[in-house]
Amino acid sequence: MATQIVSGKTAITATINGEARDWLCEPRQTLLEVLRDTLGLTGSKEGCSNGNCGACNVIMDGRLVNTCCVLAVEADETEITTVEGLATSDGLSTLQQNFIEGAGLQCGFCTPGFLVSTKALLDKNPNPTDEEIRWWLAGNLCRCTGYDKILSAIKKTIAETNAS
Amino acid sequence: MRAIQYAAPRSLSDAVAILQERGSKARILAGGTDLIVQVGENVRDVDTLVDGKRIPELMEISFDLVTGLTLGAAVPCYRIYEHPEIKSHYSGLVDSASIIGGTGIQGRASVGGNLCNSGPAGDTIPVLIAYSATARILGANGERTVAVEDFCTAPGRNILQPDELLVSIHFPAPPAHFGAAYLRFIPRNEMDIAVVGVGASLSLDEDGNIATARIALAAVAPKPLYAPEVGYFLQGKAPSTEVFAEAGDIARSLVTPISDMRGTAAHRKHLTGVLVRRALQRAFERARA
Ligand SMILES: Cc1cc2nc3c(=O)[nH]c(=O)nc-3n(C[C@H](O)[C@H](O)[C@H](O)COP(=O)(O)OP(=O)(O)OC[C@H]3O[C@@H](n4cnc5c(N)ncnc54)[C@H](O)[C@@H]3O)c2cc1C
Ligand code: FES
Ligand code: FES
Repeated sequence: MATQIVSGKTAITATINGEARDWLCEPRQTLLEVLRDTLGLTGSKEGCSNGNCGACNVIMDGRLVNTCCVLAVEADETEITTVEGLATSDGLSTLQQNFIEGAGLQCGFCTPGFLVSTKALLDKNPNPTDEEIRWWLAGNLCRCTGYDKILSAIKKTIAETNAS
Repeated sequence: MRAIQYAAPRSLSDAVAILQERGSKARILAGGTDLIVQVGENVRDVDTLVDGKRIPELMEISFDLVTGLTLGAAVPCYRIYEHPEIKSHYSGLVDSASIIGGTGIQGRASVGGNLCNSGPAGDTIPVLIAYSATARILGANGERTVAVEDFCTAPGRNILQPDELLVSIHFPAPPAHFGAAYLRFIPRNEMDIAVVGVGASLSLDEDGNIATARIALAAVAPKPLYAPEVGYFLQGKAPSTEVFAEAGDIARSLVTPISDMRGTAAHRKHLTGVLVRRALQRAFERARA
């Protein structure tokens, strides 16, 4: 049998926010755990750890995933964008700025997930309808804002991007 | 999560060899949206996860008009609803793949995983049955092909032996004037488990009468329920709202739902009638288009 069965710590490499990263992890560790506890990328949040809240969303090989439902060993050789990858050296992205200015957050716990999920949407579909935005974000739960301000922050970002 | 072992075989034979060596505590990992949660919550007695996503046959989509569609068991939902030929020829499958979880779940969740998790409320299983889909299974003793309606046996249980895995699901080529649809009822618009789900398909003959019809239901029996009686009733009839409503009545008499936090048995029976009628109507509109 050619395939190795991994039980202890194993070395994983991935590109995270454009940077080559490597780490050691056990198969039982989720990608969320490794991002937060091993790599210090604490932007991704653990809201439910069962796939329901979206606070742990990252973009992995171009697709939105819930990192609490991904094993860190599965991330080998992938490309990942976390919320930490949204800002540039010039400062926050327009989307982040609009969340702040438009009160698209209160406690902020869900915000990284919303930001990453919205980025994944706009990368694919730069001009979504309201319904497409709401449908796309159905897996992101917010306990505070009532969602409307999140939606307006996103729509403002789309309008500004189209105007620039 | 407690300690587990992980393997990522690159071939079917390697995967089967691991399953055979490790026995029933080894499980195939597809998108992990059921399995990783279950292992994390300690409700599955598993010690080895065998990642299927590096095996080409499990990640393949192939379609042609003569032989039909072969869907690798671990293909995630988004690749299904973004696939141009699946969109134009298998819209009932697209119905199911687009409502499993939210966008992040659809980035990983597979139809094969939904089928192998074998939940009575699995949202893809009724439509697979409606399409007369078959499951290609491989194990240490070779290969077998099983109709999807014979795959699940009880809540969370199916016919797979510990050394077997699901390779792919095969859909026959869509006949002329054929349509299929999946509808479910949930208390909100998205992100919930079906209170009742209905997969329906029908084909029309030259006179516009129903040539064949297949109905299967989720969340109304201990396993996804194929209801051939409804198909027999519809055969040869002229499609109409009344006929579809009658088909709904027949389906209602066949289901054996339970009452739980999502709905009472009586509500589920009622929904069965309504959803069978509506799913047939939608399948009919697609067959006519
Ligand atoms: C937030 C959330 C929302 C959800 N919403 C829905 C919903 O709306 N409708 C719905 O039906 N489900 C839903 N689910 C459940 C789950 O997402 C689906 O059942 C999904 O299709 C499972 O696919 P997977 O690829 O993630 O499977 P996995 O979790 O990888 O596997 C599921 C099971 O099948 C086995 N398995 C997988 N592939 C194979 C194979 N090739 N051979 C043998 N065994 C195999 C695994 O060992 C495991 O036991 C939801 C889950 C979450 C977390
Ligand atoms: S923590 Fe991953 S979805 Fe809630
Ligand atoms: S801002 Fe508090 S959960 Fe969304």
